[in-house]
Amino acid sequence: MTKTDKSERRFTNIIFISGLSIIVLLLAIFSTLLIASIPSIKTFGIGFFISKHWDPSLEKFGALPFLYGTLITSIIALFISIPFSISISIFLGEFFREGFISNFLRSSTEVLAGIPSVIYGLWGLFLLMPITRFIQTSLGTTPYGVGIFTASLILAIMIIPFSASIGREVISLIPADLKEAAYSLGATRFEVIKNIIIPYARSGIIAGILLAFGRAIGETMAVTMLIGNSNFLPKSIFSPANTMASVIANEFAESTGITASSLIYIGLVLFLVTMFVNIAGTYIIKKISLEASKEVT
Amino acid sequence: MESPILSVENFSAFFGENQILRDISINTSPNKVTALMGPSGCGKTTLIRCINRMHELIPGARVSGKIYLKKQDIYMMEPIVLRRKIGMVFQKPNPFPMMSIYDNVIAGYKLNGIKLKKDESDSIVERSLRNAALWNEVKDSLHRKGTFLSGGQQQRLCIARALAMNPEILLLDEPTSALDPKSTAHIEELIVELKQNVTMLLVTHNIAQAARVSDFTAFIYLGELIEFGPTEKMFTVPKDKRTEEYLTGKFG
Amino acid sequence: MNTAENIAENIEDTNMHKIIPFPSPLRIHEDKTLRNNSPVGYRIFKDKLFKCLVIILSILSFLPLLLVLFHITKNGISVINWGFLTELPLPIGEKGGGVFNSIIGSLILIILSSIISIPLGISAGIYLAEKNKGRIANIINLCIVVLQGTPSIVIGIITYIWVVAPLGGFSALSGGIALSIMMLPVIIKSTEETLKLIPYHLKEASLALGVPYYKTILKVILPTGLSGILTGILLSVARITGETAPLLFTAFGNQFLNYNILKPIDSLPYRIFYYAMSPYPEWHTFAWGASFILVMIVLSFNLIARGISAKWKVQF
Repeated sequence: MTKTDKSERRFTNIIFISGLSIIVLLLAIFSTLLIASIPSIKTFGIGFFISKHWDPSLEKFGALPFLYGTLITSIIALFISIPFSISISIFLGEFFREGFISNFLRSSTEVLAGIPSVIYGLWGLFLLMPITRFIQTSLGTTPYGVGIFTASLILAIMIIPFSASIGREVISLIPADLKEAAYSLGATRFEVIKNIIIPYARSGIIAGILLAFGRAIGETMAVTMLIGNSNFLPKSIFSPANTMASVIANEFAESTGITASSLIYIGLVLFLVTMFVNIAGTYIIKKISLEASKEVT
Repeated sequence: MESPILSVENFSAFFGENQILRDISINTSPNKVTALMGPSGCGKTTLIRCINRMHELIPGARVSGKIYLKKQDIYMMEPIVLRRKIGMVFQKPNPFPMMSIYDNVIAGYKLNGIKLKKDESDSIVERSLRNAALWNEVKDSLHRKGTFLSGGQQQRLCIARALAMNPEILLLDEPTSALDPKSTAHIEELIVELKQNVTMLLVTHNIAQAARVSDFTAFIYLGELIEFGPTEKMFTVPKDKRTEEYLTGKFG
Repeated sequence: MNTAENIAENIEDTNMHKIIPFPSPLRIHEDKTLRNNSPVGYRIFKDKLFKCLVIILSILSFLPLLLVLFHITKNGISVINWGFLTELPLPIGEKGGGVFNSIIGSLILIILSSIISIPLGISAGIYLAEKNKGRIANIINLCIVVLQGTPSIVIGIITYIWVVAPLGGFSALSGGIALSIMMLPVIIKSTEETLKLIPYHLKEASLALGVPYYKTILKVILPTGLSGILTGILLSVARITGETAPLLFTAFGNQFLNYNILKPIDSLPYRIFYYAMSPYPEWHTFAWGASFILVMIVLSFNLIARGISAKWKVQF
C-alpha cells in the first residue's frame, strides 16, 4: 500500500466518522434524556401529564400546568403572528419581489431574527409589561404584568420574522405561469392571491406554521423572563404560568434526584415534540421545493 | 377590408432601457387567424402580452403608441375588464393543479366573482370543452383534477378555459411549442375551426405552422415589423428580402 | 336564447367537430342576465384595500422589531463608557463597574465552541457533499434537522448530564460544549451546500492531473468554497453569542474575571439575564448597556457574514 493510498483511506475514514458522529450525537441525546428520566417515568408514568400538582417539597410531580402553559402561549402567539407573517410573505413574495424595498426588508428581517432571545426578554420586561399592567388595571384584575399574555406577545414578535421567511419562500415557489393564467382571465391581484396562491401554497403554509410552532414551544429565555414562573394551572390568559422550557430554566440548576429526573422527563417530551414537528415541517417544504424544481425542467 | 377588430398603431415597448418593439402597426380582421412569426427573442411574445396588458405585471415595462379593441383604446380600460375580453393561451399548458377539470373551465367566472347557477355553469363547461374538442375525452372525469391529462389535453383544457369567457380575441403564445407532433396537429385543427367564433392571434416561431393555420402573417424581426399581409401572399411572394431569407431558413 | 337543448342538438353528429356559438352576440361581461355579484369597481376597490392591508400589517410587524433596536440603543448607549467595557462588576450600591468579565467570558466560550465544532462540522459537511445520495447521508440530514430544531434548553440539560455532573461543577468547558452542539448543524449545512455548488468539472480537472482524491478535496474544493464555509461559521457564531438557555446550567456565571476553562465563566447574555431579573434599577441600566454590546457583536457577525458571501462569492 502506497503512502497516498493510506492518506486517502485515512481521509475517507475521517469524513465518514464525522458524519456518523452526528447520528451518534443525536442518539446519545435521546438515550441520555430517556435514561435520566426513567426514575420519574417509573414513579409517575402517564399520570405525569394529567396531574396538575408540581410540588418539589412533597416530591409530587405533574407536568400538566407546563404542557398547558406551553400550548396556550404558543397557540396565542401563532394566532397573533399569522396575519402579520402572511402579510409580510405576500408583501415580499408577491407585491415587491425585487428592488430596493424588498431587499432591504428581507435582509432586515433576517438580521432582526438574529437578535438574542434574552434581549427580547429584557425589552418585554420594561416595555411590554407596563402595557399588560395597564390592560390588567383597566380590566380590574391583579396587575401582575408578567404572565401568559405578555409571554405570548413576545413570542409572537419573535416568530414573525421566522415564519415570514418560510412563507416568502413558499409563495415564491408558485409557478409564474399559474398566476399569469389567472391574470389573463381577468382576475385582480387579490383574487389571484386568494384563489390561486393561497390554495396552491396551502401545504407550505401549514409546514410554515408547524415549524413556527416548533420554534415557539422551544423558545426559552424571553418566555422565562416574562411568564411569571408559577407552577399552578393558569386560570386566565393574564395569569402567571410556566412553560415546559421555562420551568426547566427556572428550576433545573438547583434540582436533584426525582425533581431533576422529572424536569428531564419534561425535556424529553419537549425534545420529542420539536423533533416530530421539525421533521414533518421540513419534509413538507422539501417535497414542495422538489415539485417546484420539477416544474421548471 | 372589414373594419379591424384589433388595431395596433405605432406601438413601441420597453423594458427598462431596452426597446423591445419599435413602431409596430397591425390591423386584424374579425374571425381570422393572424400569425406573429419571427425568430425567438424578436419581441412577438411581448407584443401579444401588451395586447392584454400582461406586460404590466413585470416591473419596468413601458409602452408607447395605441392599441384599439373595436375602436376602444385598451390602455384606457381597466386591465381586469380588458383581459376578460381578450383570452390567452400560454406556451406551456398551465391548468390550475388544485382545481378539477370542471372548475378549471369556469375558473374565469370564479376568479371574477361571477356566481353561476348549476345549469348555467354546466352548459358553459360543456360548450367550452366541446369547442376545445376535449369533451368526449373528459366528460366522465369532469370532477377529477386535470393533472392526469396528457400535455395536449391540458393545452386544450386551457383553450376551453379561455373560451369559456367568450372572448373577442384569443391570444395564443406558441401554444404547441411544448407538445408532441400529434397533439400539435390536433391543436392546429382546432384553431382553424375556432375561427368561426373568435379572432385569434397566434405567436409562433414555426414557419410551417404559420402557413398551415393563419390567414394573415406578420413577420417581426429584432422588434420591428418587417412585413404584414395575407399569409398566402407573404409565403409565395415576400416583399422584403429579410422575410424571404427567414422563410427559406437562412436565419432564425 | 340558446339553452341546453340546443347544445344537445348541436352535438348529435360526433364525427364532425362543430363550434357551438355562444348564446348571444352580447359578451358575458355585458350580459345583464348573469348576476355579476362583484362589479368591476368593487373588485378593484377590494384589491386596493387588500394591498393597503398587507402593507400596513407588514409595516406594523416591523415596528416592534425596530422598537427593540431603538430602545436598546437609547437605553444602552448612555451606559457605555471605557469603564463599562474594562471594569469588573461591583456589588450593588457601589458606583461604576462594568462587564469586562462577561465580554472575555463570551469570547472564551466562542473560541471553545469553535474549536470543537468547526473541524467536526466541516468534515461532516464534506461527507454529506460527497456522499449525498447515500442512505447514511439521508439519516445524517434528518439528524441535522432534528438537532437544529432541538430547544437550546434541552442542549443545556444534556451538557449538564454529560459534562457538568462528571466534572463536579459548572465550567466554561461545559458551556463551550453546549454551544458547539448548537453550532454544528449550521456549519455542516453551509459547508455541504457550498461544496455542492462547486461544479464537478473542477474536481475532474484536478483528478485528471493525477492529484489524489483527498488532496483534491482539501487543496482544490475546500479553498474554492472557503467564503461560503466562512459565512456559515460566522452565522453560527452570531447565533450562539446570544444564546443564554444552554449556559444556565453549564457555564453558569461568574462575577469575577476567569480564564480557567474548568471554572464557571460569565457571558454577556447570562449577565443581561441576571441583571434584568434583579430588583435593582442600577443593574437594569447595566442590562441595557450589556444588551447594546451584545446586539452590536451579533449584528456585526451577521453583517460580516453577509459581506463575505456577497464579496467573495466565487462565480462559476
